[in-house]
Formats: sequence, C-alpha cells, structure tokens
Amino acid sequence: MTNVRLIARLDVKAPHLIKGVHMEGLRKLGDPRTFAQRYYREGIDEIIYIDAVASLYQRNTIVELIRHTAEDVFIPITAGGGVRSVEDVRTLLRAGADKVAINTAAIHHPELIAELAENFGSQCVVLSIQAKWQGDNWECYCDQGREHTGLDVIEWARRGNELGAGEILLTSVDREGTREGFDVPLTRAVSDASKIPIIASGGMGKLDDLLAVVRDGHAHAVAMAHVLHYGKLTLKNIREFAHQSELPVRTL
Amino acid sequence: MTRNVTVVDYGSGNLLSVSRGLEHSGGIVEITDDPQRVAKAERLVLPGVGAFGKAMQALKDRDLVDAVQQFVETERPFLGICVGMQVMLDYSEEFGRHDGFGLIPGTVSAIPDTGTDGLPHPVPHIGWNNLEPSARGWDGTPFDVIEPGTAVYFVHSFAARPDAEENALATCDYNGRQITAAVIRDNMIGCQFHPEKSGPAGLAILRNFLSMPWLARQRGLVS
Repeated sequence: MTNVRLIARLDVKAPHLIKGVHMEGLRKLGDPRTFAQRYYREGIDEIIYIDAVASLYQRNTIVELIRHTAEDVFIPITAGGGVRSVEDVRTLLRAGADKVAINTAAIHHPELIAELAENFGSQCVVLSIQAKWQGDNWECYCDQGREHTGLDVIEWARRGNELGAGEILLTSVDREGTREGFDVPLTRAVSDASKIPIIASGGMGKLDDLLAVVRDGHAHAVAMAHVLHYGKLTLKNIREFAHQSELPVRTL
Repeated sequence: MTRNVTVVDYGSGNLLSVSRGLEHSGGIVEITDDPQRVAKAERLVLPGVGAFGKAMQALKDRDLVDAVQQFVETERPFLGICVGMQVMLDYSEEFGRHDGFGLIPGTVSAIPDTGTDGLPHPVPHIGWNNLEPSARGWDGTPFDVIEPGTAVYFVHSFAARPDAEENALATCDYNGRQITAAVIRDNMIGCQFHPEKSGPAGLAILRNFLSMPWLARQRGLVS
C-alpha cells in the first residue's frame, strides 16, 4: 500500500478562506495563504484551493493567490472553481498550480477533460465530483452543490477515467462541513469503479474517520478542511495516529 | 562560487515551480529558450511534465535539442526533472516509440497497472513515496544530504529503466514494483519525482545540486 496523502482543502471567496456546512452558510476565516503556509510548515502533503464563487460569477479570482502561495509553499497545489477552458488551465499552471480541478465545465462539456489531458497530461486533471445521495443513487451536483445535473456519480466517475482524468476529488455534499465522517459507501463505490486515485472530501471530524475512509472507503487521499482550519486536529496528531494505526503516511 | 542556473523554457507546465524552487535553494535563475544561452549555461535544468513525445517535439520546435547536447558535452552539471529526466534515456514507449537524448542507456516504459501481488493499483503513480539508494549509494551525489527512506512527490505513468545498474541512483517501491526514482551519469542527474514539490527534502537536493562540486567529488578529485 502506498502512502495516503493528507491534503488541506481551502475553499476561497477571495480574498478570504471560508468554510460552510453542506457548501453553504459560508464563514470567513482569514487569509488563505497564511493557512496554506502554516499547513506546509506542519507537513501537509498537498494543498487544494477551490474558488467557491468563481463558477457562479463566471470569473476566476484565485490566480494571484496561487502565484503568492507558490512562492514559498513547495508541495503540489491544485486549483479549482470556475475552470472552463484550456486557457484558464494554462493561466493557473503558469501561476504555479500543478493540477486543476474541474466540475461544472466538465459536466457541460465532457470532452474538456480529454482536451486538458491531451494538452497538459492526465496528471494535471482532477475531476471534481460533488455527490449527493438521492435515496437509491448518488447524483452529481455543480455550482458548489447547488445545481442538479441528473448524472449518476458512479457512471460519471467511470466516464472521467475514460476521458483521461488523473484523479477524482470526491466531495460528499451531504457530509461537507458536518464533521460526521466521510461518506464511506460513496467513496468505496467510486474508488472501486475507478482506476485513478480518489481524494475523499467532506466530513472529516475525528481521527477514526480517516481510517474508515481509507480502509473501508478505499480512498487514496483525504482532503480536510474544518478540522484543520478550526484547529480541531493538528497534522502532528494526524500523522501520529496514522503511524499507530499502521496507516501508511509520509514520515517527516 | 556562483550558483547560476539556467532553466530550459520549452513550454513545460512546471517551469515556474522549478525556477522558484531553485531560487529558494540559493540559485540565480535564468529562464530561457535561447539555444545559445542553453549551450553555454553554467548549470542546466530541464523541467518537464506531460508526454515524452510532446516534450521532445517542443524541444525540437525551439531548436533546443542540439543546444542541450552541446551543454552536456561541456560536462557541467545537468538536472532533468520528471519528463526532463525521462528524455535523458534512449527512447520511450509512451504513445508510440519516441527517441530521447540517449544520455543514459536505457528505455522508458509504462508502470504496470498491478502490483507484484497481481492486485490493480492506480496509474499514474501519484503521491509521496520513499526514496531508497541504488547499489551505487548516494555518496558524492546531490542526494548525500538526505536520509534513505525520505519521501518525495511523484506523479507519472511511465518510468525509466536504465540498462546499467550504475546509472540508477534511487528507486522507490510501488506495491512491489521497483520504480527508478533517479538516474545519474557523470555530471548528469535526473529525478523522476519533483524536487520542487517535495518540501524541504526536495529543496535540499536542489541546494546540493547548485552548491556542491559534485562531479569532482564523484571522481574522487575533492573530498
């Protein structure tokens, strides 16, 4: 088994780091770059920035944030939110992002995934899926969990694999911001249907949640927001717990 | 001693990150696509992400292939990163056969999509994996500042297979598959992982690449 990646997810409404529940009721927490720098010093494996308002207002405000963050944070940075075109991706990569997460634009134009993979390599393309349980299946949402798409999550994940995505950022809208634990069945269903790594996102509240989503949910990476931003857990706590639980993580 | 370093600009996505990593590690960085500047560099870094064939084509389109060859003949320090490392080998099988620089005898082929236990594992190989020294060890190389087992960041679907064991510098284990993590020959090294994205360990390797007279040390000329 390979090292499970511990990722800090920072949702941004420029210039603020924000956090909500079920992707709504957003609260301002501070300067996202300061948070990213701290997580880097403490040993996070990756940073994900999601522009929470970009796809609503058709703009991308995190380019400057990426540029400044990449000055002294030397780990992979993923940028997402409002990414619509090859040009958008080029701009984000030039600013210092290593990968981009796409959701809404990929749902409207699935061929964009292939186009991005062709231009920048699959390693650069993270398919972002916002999943919500509908009683008998999970449905993909877009625009920060606000809009139905009618797409089945598992089918869309398979399609994303075929089109050349390099990773899937799988967010449970039901669990997001609740600290009730990851949606393990969702993560497992997507991971087992997929050949590419899955980043589980939404719901991390305690250390055991990490174990459950990796062991039972087959996640390759976990994205954490609330527990880190509010200081409920430190990376030191998390790594020590992982080592004790024989969950492979990077040793610092 | 100056720490001038030239980074080859041929449209690679990680150009900026590599340059910033080198600057942070004490380098005075020049980014250029001018073949003459490349050929005359004090130290040369070839970054790279994406497909092997596209990278070689991009270098050809900018008349940089001969320039890199000329640089290498000067025996000054060279560092290839990710696809910039893979093109140091003879050829790759990614999307058909594509020739590389042939600086290190060997080939580049796909990472098997199962571990040695037969169970499927994700390809690309993404994440922090532990560096282990090859048989030749790390003494006298830019890796001598890090501990065996240090984790660095990988993201790739293809991997180098140098013909000669002496050209392997480091490996990592991906569910039983031994993956070449770094190659070396004389004054040239190549990293499959991204030192510019591997936190303090990666920066230490870059700093060492910039500061040590490691070719001389390798040859036993300086202790």
